[in-house]
Amino acid sequence: MASKFINITLKIWRQKNGTTKGGLETYGLNNVSTDSSFLEMLDQLNEQLINERKEPVAFDHDCREGICGSCSLYINGRAHGPDRGVTTCQLHMRTFKDGETIYVEPWRSRAFPVIKDLVVDRSAFDRIQQAGGFVSVNTSGRTIDANATPIPKADADKAFEAAACIGCGACVASCKNGSAMLFVGAKVSQYALLPQGKVEAQQRVLNMVRQMDEEGFGNCTNTGACEVECPKGISIENIARMNREYLKAIVTED
Amino acid sequence: MSKSALLSSSIAKKYWMAITGLFLCLFLVGHLLGNLQLILKTGEEGRRAFNEYAYFMSHNIVIKVMSYATYLSILFHAIDGIMLAVQNKKARPVAYAYNKPGANSSSASRNMAVLGSAIFIFIAIHMSNFWWKMKYSSDPMPLHLMTKDISVSMGQNPLTGQEMKNTITVTYALTTNGDYIEYSYIDPQTKKKMDIVEVKDHVKFYAKDKDVEIGEGYKDLHSLTVAFFGQDRSKEGVPANKNAGLAVTLYVLAMLVLSFHLWHGFASAFQSLGMNHPRYTPAIRAFGKVFSIVVPLLFAIIPILLFINK
Repeated sequence: MASKFINITLKIWRQKNGTTKGGLETYGLNNVSTDSSFLEMLDQLNEQLINERKEPVAFDHDCREGICGSCSLYINGRAHGPDRGVTTCQLHMRTFKDGETIYVEPWRSRAFPVIKDLVVDRSAFDRIQQAGGFVSVNTSGRTIDANATPIPKADADKAFEAAACIGCGACVASCKNGSAMLFVGAKVSQYALLPQGKVEAQQRVLNMVRQMDEEGFGNCTNTGACEVECPKGISIENIARMNREYLKAIVTED
Repeated sequence: MSKSALLSSSIAKKYWMAITGLFLCLFLVGHLLGNLQLILKTGEEGRRAFNEYAYFMSHNIVIKVMSYATYLSILFHAIDGIMLAVQNKKARPVAYAYNKPGANSSSASRNMAVLGSAIFIFIAIHMSNFWWKMKYSSDPMPLHLMTKDISVSMGQNPLTGQEMKNTITVTYALTTNGDYIEYSYIDPQTKKKMDIVEVKDHVKFYAKDKDVEIGEGYKDLHSLTVAFFGQDRSKEGVPANKNAGLAVTLYVLAMLVLSFHLWHGFASAFQSLGMNHPRYTPAIRAFGKVFSIVVPLLFAIIPILLFINK
């Protein structure tokens, strides 16, 4: 496919830091290759801003191959833009029309405060993980091979699908309630399905849900927006599994 | 079991929403079956059947327990729902300048709190129109009288006060002239109307001056209801509601709102309770959609038919 060049108008959220008020700024950007990714387009904009002696737009990015979950942008009213099953770095400018106005905003959540421009602090997810999103393993040297434990294929597959979560926060950003239940559901499920995770299952779900609530995320109302916008296609089946695990845990807790 | 987890955690709140919501779905089915009697049986037979059913519903102890469970469910569902909605609002203090929620979720699922609030207002109005009048209001309530056979054995004839030597059967044919205060006794032999009956406590018939209960009438909820939706029941003491058209319109609108609420709510309750399975979830979803259309539709048809057939 021959590459094309388009001219676009960008409305980008600019905010100096967490304590100042932000607002949308309008920028014109010409000669954007339709083959470039959305992040490359922002690089191009930043070059233009630097040449104009202006402050470049701050945005999160790292691997640029859809695996790290850094590129958290709310584009034209949707997390990671209009395409499904992609992160922002996997979104290409061919998705947009010549002359189009594109809105770019940071994730909006009380638990994800804006640090600068489009960069938000997602350490709330880290704290949820620290509350129970792990398996305690003795690493003193006498470890046993994980493959020595037989696991049904179907369970392994489901655990793997849940573990595909990259913690990008698109679920929180898309949810009208700013709920983190798809993230926590995935993190609970990936262990709940495996024998290694069953040992700490009860405390894991209780601690992770408590931390999630403390961080100020909203409550799930099963709209299903999260699974639609999730770049890794994680199903809300994982939220149901977390709900089951939680019910089991609160009725059997000492 | 920690108390705080059971009441305040985000997931436990959803369990309560789901349990009370599903219980209210059961209530809807029961209520609907009762209401359908209004159109399935017509005439005097229908009136009698409905009023006997209403009497049963307000006097049976099992129903009483269920009714309190229903009141509690409505209140809990509403209060819990408001608490959830307030928390959810707080979770996003700065709104998106440009948002396209329609791309990933249904409008019903995003507006459960608004739909629920509208239903709550409807329930309050609905209960003041019928439940309050039936149970607590001191306003005159039309009574539905039926011929009552009362066997009187030895003792005193409650109507005449005469001593009776033998077992006799006296039939009291009680009729109403439309005014709830004036009930009269028609002697079965002579067919003469005799002014010897009075009404106490709205439903109890007493022989005048003798203080002897000779029968009990049914509160005429049937006439009250059909008159509310436009039919003239002046003969029974309730003239047609002048604003019946408005009443029918609002009722149908409320059922439309209920339909949207159930469209998302029914299957959502199962998800909240952790029931999501590739084999059963599609069936639950399908049943939920059918339920959300059929139940409100049948509810709405009743006042429409009553209004059309006035």
